[in-house]
Amino acid sequence: MDEGIQREALVATLAAIADRIESEKDHLTDLDSAIGDADHGANLHRGFQAALDGADPDDDPAAFVKAAGMALLSKVGGASGPLYGGSLAVASSEFEEGITTESSVAFAEAYLEKVKDRGGASVGDKTMVDALTPAVHTYKRAIEVDDLDPLAALSKAVDATERGVRFTTPIRASKGRASYLGWRSVGHPDPGATSTLYLLEEIHDVAAEYLDGEAATVVDAAAETEAEEGSGVEE
Amino acid sequence: MKKLINEPEDVVDEMLEGMVAAHPEYVRRLEGTNVLVRADAPVEGMVGIVSGGGSGHEPTHAGYLGEGMLTGAAAGEVFTSPTADQLQGMIAACEGGAGVLCVVKNYEGDVMNFETAIELAELEGETDVEYVVVDDDVAVEDSLYTSGRRGVCGTILVHKIAGAAAARGDDLSEVKRLAEKVVDGVGTMGMALTSCTTPEKGEPTFDLPDDEIELGIGIHGEPGVERTDVMGADAVAEHLTERVLEDLDLAEGARVATIVNGMGATPLMELYVVNRRVQELLDERGFDVGECWVGDYMTSLDMAGCSVTVLELDEELEELLGAPADTPALTVRGD
Repeated sequence: MDEGIQREALVATLAAIADRIESEKDHLTDLDSAIGDADHGANLHRGFQAALDGADPDDDPAAFVKAAGMALLSKVGGASGPLYGGSLAVASSEFEEGITTESSVAFAEAYLEKVKDRGGASVGDKTMVDALTPAVHTYKRAIEVDDLDPLAALSKAVDATERGVRFTTPIRASKGRASYLGWRSVGHPDPGATSTLYLLEEIHDVAAEYLDGEAATVVDAAAETEAEEGSGVEE
Repeated sequence: MKKLINEPEDVVDEMLEGMVAAHPEYVRRLEGTNVLVRADAPVEGMVGIVSGGGSGHEPTHAGYLGEGMLTGAAAGEVFTSPTADQLQGMIAACEGGAGVLCVVKNYEGDVMNFETAIELAELEGETDVEYVVVDDDVAVEDSLYTSGRRGVCGTILVHKIAGAAAARGDDLSEVKRLAEKVVDGVGTMGMALTSCTTPEKGEPTFDLPDDEIELGIGIHGEPGVERTDVMGADAVAEHLTERVLEDLDLAEGARVATIVNGMGATPLMELYVVNRRVQELLDERGFDVGECWVGDYMTSLDMAGCSVTVLELDEELEELLGAPADTPALTVRGD
């Protein structure tokens, strides 16, 4: 992909995410009122709208992603501001040489690393880390071990993220505000894991529009045969 | 649900405008932000004491701006911590040359945004910034497996004592030491008769039938740690006070300060009824009560309920607690 198309794809991705968060805002807030403080949807919506409003389509990929991260950091507040925005801003430096298959893996890993570092959560704490970890591991594995193309790898990553969200439902929270509820947090999916899935789904869908359709078909078949591998999460 | 608001997204901004209009002699707003600072901030040569957190806890935080308490207060969205850039701006505006102490309640959002703000402030210049994390809620366990205890009403006592120490000219490390001493010696436990209703959601955050109450609530409309049948005021007072005393494990004859705090929709009449039993209990146990505060200090929007806070006093804390403070929400005349 040349850089012009990359910029266009990034703007489209941010717009798709902002749109999706807007339509899921009440659902996310409902999930959060079960085990948190009922503001996750409203907060992310405010942040992604600001990111979209402030987006400069002429920015190179690293600057574009960094600006989106800073907008989230300064508009979302709560733990989600530093987690979604701060991590995006830090990971954006992986795109300094442009978006390639390799840099997308590095970006995903840097993002996960910053989320874990800032939030201090690991898999099993009932947080977004439960969705993000299998997503990133699956993506990396699909590309580096299974030799899939990025779109097919993303598709597997989305499946893994979905399993990660399901994994958060029956467990007891030990990080985040839900942890104060103890056993009462059991039975509800984690709102942060859920919104992470929405982001991944939108990234996948926009990528599908921009990446080679023929390659995508081949890979979907490959993805199906290996669908159960490498989720990174014990169910 | 009926509320006296306009658009939910304008609530915080319009509240701050109203506060500044009511108390121009105490507070001013940093332009383009949701940060209020003392009208005379920064105070030359004085350690700045700053705090902040989600809105919906009024008079916390900006109600405590003024002499002898806070220098700066940042208001986040309802129940959402302020953003790191606003906190950074507040720190800069409250630096009078002696450094700044941030008083942070133990919620991940607050802690992460303050940490990010301090990193940003340090990158910018020489500002000497320290922070203390208040975790007085005895209802939740402090263990490796949870996020630690929440910061609730005891935070007001940290504001008061750190603010008094700064006002008399203590340096940053001394102010921090005293603030940490309060954090170590304070405990709070709360309960709810009703859920609160956030402006954004417009309906109660959790369902609570008429014949049940929640024990061990925080201040963000989250359910408590336990639900029980309705109890009378005395039984509630006993339950809350005993849980706090159990946690503090005070020596016999210890001197303490207490707060019976309303969550926003409980009449003072009921708070005084609760306080009556709290004081009886402390007396029965042989404790000696110094300051005894009753009122809405740290609320949770329109939640009905209360919390009981106990702070162990020694001579230096008692002197600072009784030192003069002049703020919109709290006035202490001093001796």
